[in-house]
Amino acid sequence: MLPHLDAAYNLARWLMRDAAAAEDVVQEAILRALTYFSSFRGVNPRAWLLQIVRNAAYASKSLDRGVQFAPLGEPGEAGTMAAEDLVSEADDPEAVLIKLRGDQQVRELIAALPVELREPLILRELEELSYKEIAEISHIPIGTVMSRLFRARRLLVQAAAASEAP
Amino acid sequence: MNAASECDKVLLVQAELDGELGAAEAAALVAHRMQCPICEAAAAELARARALIGEGLYQAMPEDARARMMAQIGAQQARAGVTDSSLAAPSPAWGLAAWRRWWSSAASFGLGGACAAALALLVLLPGRPNLADDVVAGHIRALQPGHLEDVASTDQHTVKPWFDGRIDFAPPVKDLAAQRFPLRGGRLDYIAGRPVAALVYQRDKHLIDLFVWPAVESAAQPAEPTEGHGYNVVHWTQDGMALWAVSDLEARQLREFAEDWRRSP
Repeated sequence: MLPHLDAAYNLARWLMRDAAAAEDVVQEAILRALTYFSSFRGVNPRAWLLQIVRNAAYASKSLDRGVQFAPLGEPGEAGTMAAEDLVSEADDPEAVLIKLRGDQQVRELIAALPVELREPLILRELEELSYKEIAEISHIPIGTVMSRLFRARRLLVQAAAASEAP
Repeated sequence: MNAASECDKVLLVQAELDGELGAAEAAALVAHRMQCPICEAAAAELARARALIGEGLYQAMPEDARARMMAQIGAQQARAGVTDSSLAAPSPAWGLAAWRRWWSSAASFGLGGACAAALALLVLLPGRPNLADDVVAGHIRALQPGHLEDVASTDQHTVKPWFDGRIDFAPPVKDLAAQRFPLRGGRLDYIAGRPVAALVYQRDKHLIDLFVWPAVESAAQPAEPTEGHGYNVVHWTQDGMALWAVSDLEARQLREFAEDWRRSP
């Protein structure tokens, strides 16, 4: 029964986008956690461990900070889409969703997001952490968590819709 | 960049979706959304994003990776001169006293090869023993393999009679499948020195233990969730029963569970 170990691996796997690199990061993080555990004074050990995992990931030479591939075409236009684009993007969202049900495709789309957007998305959607906890783990203000999360979700939906287009 | 097509409230729309808005803020936002097509579109988009991300995307640690890591950490700690091997991995049947004894040993880092045990301490922090601690400890004990349910059934009419003759009161058993908290089963447990009924519910991959025993105080609304050892705990009394819900579910959802349970007939 090691729920936090799964959480540690989940975050590392998503940040590193590679199983072997994730394993190294988790191992490093667990060793650090065991070393510093006696000084831990917080209330949420899972968030604390995830912060250590995140730091270990960013310290790793294997972390690719760039975009793996660009499903959106034009780089740089992301995050500045107009409202018109939002509503017209997917005329039939239900059909889009059904086709995309395959987790594998969504996995690839999330993996394609830049790491600073992928990170809050994973922490929020898969680890179900609060904005405040994410802010502490990622060492950024809550406002930045909110804007990055928003961009991550918008890019994901747009990429999903774009991958449906011929 | 077209300023007319942006609205600075879209982040609040998102905050509402994420359960981060207070009631007053949420009410103000409803009024705004009625007249803001940008926020309406953003809400639809955010809902779509959420629908895309399912539980299947969670990357649990594969067994082989786990085994490799335990071995590695064990080797590193051995090299570091930590050699107390008298601490075997905890057996599932240990009692609370053994748990606490083990914890204090583990906390002093006499870890040896018992890395699984060492990692478990990440979810266990020392604290003053009280009822909430007992409830959390009961939940953690139950999560050991094979200890979750004595009677495994999603049917409340199977679970409820199971307690007959095993316990000196009739615990209320409800299935909350309609509220997405399906019943999994029940078991006998011991909290604060008395036998209690433990009902097991599930939300996605999270397990919820609901401990029930006759209350001494009068009826009360669910209190705000408190946290112990990384688990959330909600306590309320209802129809003469004391109810304690404990889970690694986030506080907001555990509170939702408590409210659903309280309202359910």
